[in-house]
Order: sequence, then structure tokens, then C-alpha cells
Amino acid sequence: MKGRAAYFGVFTALALIFSYVETLIPISFGIPGVKLGLANLVIVIALYKMKLGEVYLLSVVRVLLSGFIFGNYFSILYSLAGGLLSLTAMALLSRGKRWKKSFSVTGVSIAGGVFHNIGQLLIAMAVVETFHAAYYIPVLLVSGVVTGFLIGITAGEVLKRLINVF
Amino acid sequence: MKTGLKKNDVLLIIIILAVAGSAYWLHEKIGTKGANCITVKVNGRIEGVYSLGEDQEIEINGGTNHLVIKNGRADMTEADCPDKLCVNQKAVSKNRESIICLPNKVIVEVDSSENSEFDAVSN
Ligand SMILES: [Zn+2]
Repeated sequence: MKGRAAYFGVFTALALIFSYVETLIPISFGIPGVKLGLANLVIVIALYKMKLGEVYLLSVVRVLLSGFIFGNYFSILYSLAGGLLSLTAMALLSRGKRWKKSFSVTGVSIAGGVFHNIGQLLIAMAVVETFHAAYYIPVLLVSGVVTGFLIGITAGEVLKRLINVF
Repeated sequence: MKTGLKKNDVLLIIIILAVAGSAYWLHEKIGTKGANCITVKVNGRIEGVYSLGEDQEIEINGGTNHLVIKNGRADMTEADCPDKLCVNQKAVSKNRESIICLPNKVIVEVDSSENSEFDAVSN
């Protein structure tokens, strides 16, 4: 469908813009490569507006494009692990039979934020082969909750207004 | 679409924060004991163990990274990596804190001397 392809393009462009904004924000968790996950906003919105397969495609395309434009091999690895784990967690909470409708956009987004960071931590552990990665768990979990919460609130507001457009 | 928090949302937040809290508590409990040396690893191998109590400057990995130990804190002051994330990291002094330079595969870690001996054996 022509309309779907157009929306996919718009979502991809938006996700890229957020990836770019993210590179401008100098927040470091002390682990190189770990990012805030602002582009998750677009993914959360897409999750409620597109088919799941399309959202996964959007997620991968976003990571590859932004990785080639703004990042490097490592940042692609980190973003891919964070992005896919996060999307899977969010898909389970928002669409899974067991959880359907029992989480709001905010809850779904918080799970996304937390698993985004867990995915990145797993890559960090694999790449630098250190056991002490556990040291970073608290700060990664809390920052995942905070970014997830903010993104969830924003996504909820956007979705309220988007509902009639689609 | 409703945007207010649901019961499960709140539960989720509480569980995550509880896990974060216990991980932090665990780290504080075992983390601050006997932090007295710096282990430098390159490519997963220990290149050297240095005392935190002694002010010194260390060339790591044949000079790709420059580490300064001063007043019980270790700080990466120079590196030839493109991202310079290791240089921008704050100085470390507590047990298990680390500075990581991913491009050069350099890890600088605070440790207690007993631990690093154990690490050296187990590696
Ligand atoms: Zn570096």
C-alpha cells in the first residue's frame, strides 16, 4: 500500500533525526557506546501504529542508517542489541496475549528503556570481557526507567493526536 | 488512548528500581573493601598491576593510552583512540570502577590486591 510505504519513510526519517539529536547530548554512563535511547520514541509510536514486522524493520533500518552516518561498527552493535531487545520487550508487553492492555504506553516504554540499556550492557560485557559490568547495572536500570518514562509520556501525547490521522 | 499509569506499570517500575537498589547495595557492600591497586588489561590480558597509593604515570599498550595515578585516583589523560571516551571518563578510585577504551581494547580497573592476584591465577 502506497500510504504505508510513505509512513514508513516518515518514521525512518524521524528516527534518524532523534539518533542525530542523541549524538549531540553529552551524557555518558561511563561505558563507551552506551546511548540514551531517544530514538525509541519513534519506535514506541510505531509499535502502536504499524504491524510488528514493520516496526522490527524500522528498528533495524534506523540502527544501520544512523550507525553508518553518525557512528561506527561498535555503535551499530550496541544500538542493534539495545534496539532489538527493547523492541521485543515492548512488543511482549503491548501485544503479548498475557499482557495485552495491562500496561499503558508509559509502562511499555519503560520496559523498552530498561531493556535497551540491558542489551547494550550485554554487548559491553561481551566486547570488553569484564565481570565488573555489574557495577553499571543500577545506573543503567534507573536511567532506563527515567528515559522510558519520559518517552512514554511523550509517545502517549503524540498517539492521542495521531489517532485520527491514520 | 489513555496515558495514565496502570497498576502493572507501577509494579514494573517498583520491581526495576528494587533490582537496581539491591545491585547498588551489593556493589557498595563488596565494592569499597580494600580498593588499593589498578589493574591494566589490554585485549583481555593483564598488562600490569599498579598501586593506587603511589603517584605515577603509566604508558599503556605501547603508548596508545596514558594513565595518571594521583592522590589515590586513576585518570586516563591521553589516548589515540578516535572517540576519546576514555579520556572524558572521570577518574576512578573505588573498587570495581573502571575506565574502558573500546577502540584500543584497554581496561583500567580498580581492584584490591588480593582480588587481582586471584584474577591473575584464574585467567
Ligand atoms: Zn579511548
